[in-house]
Amino acid sequence: METVKLNDITVNDLPWKIAYDASRCTMCGSCVATCSFRAIKPKVERRRMVFSEGDFPEPQARFSAVPVIHQVNSIRDYCRGCGMCEKVCPNDAIKPVRNPDTRHPIVTRCLGGDSIKRGGRKNLEGSTRTLDTIRVGRISQMTDPSLDAQRHTFDLLAPFGRILPPKKLPYSATLDNSLETKEKTPPVNWIYPVIIGDMSIGALSWRMWEAVAMATAYLNEECGLPVRMCSGEGGVPVRLLKSKYLKYTILQIASGHFGWNRIVNAMPHMVEDPAGVLIKIGQGAKPGDGGLLMAQKVAKHIQAIRGVPKADLLSPPNHQGLYSIEESVQKMFLSFNAAFKFRVPVAIKVAASATSVSVFNNLVRDPYNIVGGFFLDGIDGGTGAAHEVSLDHTGHPIVSKLRDCYLAAVTQGRQGQIPLWAAGGLGKTGDLAADAFKMICLGANGVFTGKLILQMAGCIGNDLGRCNACNTGLCPAGITTQEPQLAHRLDPDKAAQNIVNYFLAMDQEIKKLMAPIGNSSLPVGRADALVATDRAVADRLQIQHVC
Amino acid sequence: MCRIGAIKSLDYVHPSRALRLMQSQQKGHDNSGFAMVMQNLGGIFESYKHLPTLSMACTDKGIKIAENILHEIGFRRILQWSPEVNDWPGLDINAMPHYVFETFNYPPQYENARRKEREELLLNTRLKLRAALEEDEEGFVYSFWPDVITLKEIGDPHDIGTYFNLWEADSRFTAKVITAQCRQNTNYDIVRYAAHPFHLQGYTALANGENTFYLKNKEFQQRLHRGYIGFESDSQCFLYTLHYVHRELGWPLNYYKHVVTPLPFEEIEKRDDQKQLLAIRQSLAHLEINGPNTIIGMLPDNTLFTCCDAKKLRPVVIGRDERTVVITSEVCGINEILPERNWEDDIYPNERETIVVTDDLEVQRWKQ
Repeated sequence: METVKLNDITVNDLPWKIAYDASRCTMCGSCVATCSFRAIKPKVERRRMVFSEGDFPEPQARFSAVPVIHQVNSIRDYCRGCGMCEKVCPNDAIKPVRNPDTRHPIVTRCLGGDSIKRGGRKNLEGSTRTLDTIRVGRISQMTDPSLDAQRHTFDLLAPFGRILPPKKLPYSATLDNSLETKEKTPPVNWIYPVIIGDMSIGALSWRMWEAVAMATAYLNEECGLPVRMCSGEGGVPVRLLKSKYLKYTILQIASGHFGWNRIVNAMPHMVEDPAGVLIKIGQGAKPGDGGLLMAQKVAKHIQAIRGVPKADLLSPPNHQGLYSIEESVQKMFLSFNAAFKFRVPVAIKVAASATSVSVFNNLVRDPYNIVGGFFLDGIDGGTGAAHEVSLDHTGHPIVSKLRDCYLAAVTQGRQGQIPLWAAGGLGKTGDLAADAFKMICLGANGVFTGKLILQMAGCIGNDLGRCNACNTGLCPAGITTQEPQLAHRLDPDKAAQNIVNYFLAMDQEIKKLMAPIGNSSLPVGRADALVATDRAVADRLQIQHVC
Repeated sequence: MCRIGAIKSLDYVHPSRALRLMQSQQKGHDNSGFAMVMQNLGGIFESYKHLPTLSMACTDKGIKIAENILHEIGFRRILQWSPEVNDWPGLDINAMPHYVFETFNYPPQYENARRKEREELLLNTRLKLRAALEEDEEGFVYSFWPDVITLKEIGDPHDIGTYFNLWEADSRFTAKVITAQCRQNTNYDIVRYAAHPFHLQGYTALANGENTFYLKNKEFQQRLHRGYIGFESDSQCFLYTLHYVHRELGWPLNYYKHVVTPLPFEEIEKRDDQKQLLAIRQSLAHLEINGPNTIIGMLPDNTLFTCCDAKKLRPVVIGRDERTVVITSEVCGINEILPERNWEDDIYPNERETIVVTDDLEVQRWKQ
């Protein structure tokens, strides 16, 4: 037998242990074939077996070589707890079990000499979520009747684009009592108040990205919900750029400018304008850090779309050449507004931060009226790849920051002029309608969501360290991988159907929240409709405390 | 619940008619107050239509404070009238010591000023008076405007009428437009300022309803104009929006309805003026109202109008004869003061209509 040294990695050092019952196993091999992390492998063990063959008990022992399933001791090929083995096992013979004694955070750093990277969300669970201490507590009754969510009509749309202060509207009265204008006003698109957040083709498998695009088109064309998806930083397939469905896509540009060569080249061939342009300055899950696509995910088609070789793709943490808010307004916004001849709204996405209000104030006071949205991304959102220390320890919760920005606008009488869109762990409990509605009452015009979309498609990752392997390119659900055999595990039609159905359910649920407060249009800023069971939350957000 | 009413006539009308209009609807309101705004004044004020009249309820000290301020600015009083009150025991009224209606000449330096400058002066003066009298509740300044009188009090409307001797019609205290309402706003605190009708620079509004977008309206309006203050009632928001849209933005009255109850997006898409209507939904989104409401409004040119919330959850009816038009919450009120009219001509407006009564009493139905 091989000698085991003290510092050798053993299964007990790893975050998950495989519970395997050899007596139930039929040796079909399904689990080994399905484990994308190569965390289990077959091996042969020498086992002692006691048996009796005669009419009377005559126990005998024999040793034989028995094939079994064995967990790999490796900090590279370790079990992520995804549970695919359990899913495919016909006999319930195998499953991963969380290991409370794991030494993984230590041994990985000790052996690798490198920071830990992973995907997913923040994995340090804190106290109760702020949004779960808030309820919709102002119910219309008696003389101010509730509405009927089934019978009444509701206006569930939010603006994306720069809204002019009323006195700057270039309208004047005519003799026949109408309003006329000869001037252009900034473009504004009215869209569904939930945007499918920016996940790049590259971070997602091409089949997953296609599923999201299909779901978006279906929601628009067949369901009448004007849902928009954001491309993420990574370009867009040329076929989509040249199709009429581009109008449902918000193009993102981030500090790496990945994919924009193709976008610019496709401009003369576009038959529709995109839904908008989103300039990504920061991301809530890893604020102060740029995008990260590990080389193992930079497949041939990704190289082609982005125009890059197979290498780790790191977007710089900031836009090179932008050193002030004024500059970002003047340079980037003007150039992107001009690129589509001022027909397409241009918005900014920043990570929530202690300084967000200052940034927002600067933008909302911009005299050019060209910032068409402030996308504020808080901690608790997901990411395809990041350093674990960033994921777990940097960032700012979204709820109070969104509220601060809204109240900053109120103080200046500028609410709504730059629409506020919020994200960061919304829908974490699976109930996005409630989270979105509460954020809207606190002042958001709408919300955007990414991680939840993946979960609709079948992502099994969670915030307790399950899976979170988006960075490896080995996604067991075929969602965040570019490996053809893994990507084909995902059925794009089924994933699209799930997303569509979730949106339809959420649409009903948002109406079920609007009806009792008696509102037929979105209650943006109606904090009086909310109550908080937590005194500190109530004070901080300026809503009623109840107990 | 509120009941609201407005009388517009080619002849001068005494407030007793407004009291009768509202009294017959008393089962619909809670008898907690009475307030009215009279415009296009007759009687003793008829000769002073071009000069501002102050409507104020105050203490002895309040009068002195107010007079000092007005004197300092340079206003010169030329008419003073106080109603003779019947201070009988048992009347349900929470009366102030003085009810002052005074008409002033403009300060000399404003003799040749432009109209707009004078109007700003009047507003600034009213706000100054209000602020000065607010401490210790020395007085309440309801309006300071040419050809407009406002009276508000807490108590039973019937007793308030008795107290001010308003049940007896005479020709001294009359107007061609009277708007009235019979309830203190009990959603919030009982404050005199909370009773509608509200008046601001020639614009008057009163409402029957609940504005569930009150917080949104208020947060937006308080930064729009220095005159948008108080917010003791969610119905003040209707006045401020009217003032903002019609006076500050200079938009035609038909856009008021588009601001307070905008059309659904799918209907806007079908319209020729969709650009304008979308701009309204965008830039004036925080002036939208929600919840059940009926609004009656009056413009500086004596135009009277009414419109409802987009779901038509509050009642209103318009009745008329040759010389008078009445807008009110319940038809029993019109039956009381216009019993001989042809009731088949009564108008029950729908949720997308604005009913407008011009100064020559033409009744127009505008579709949103």
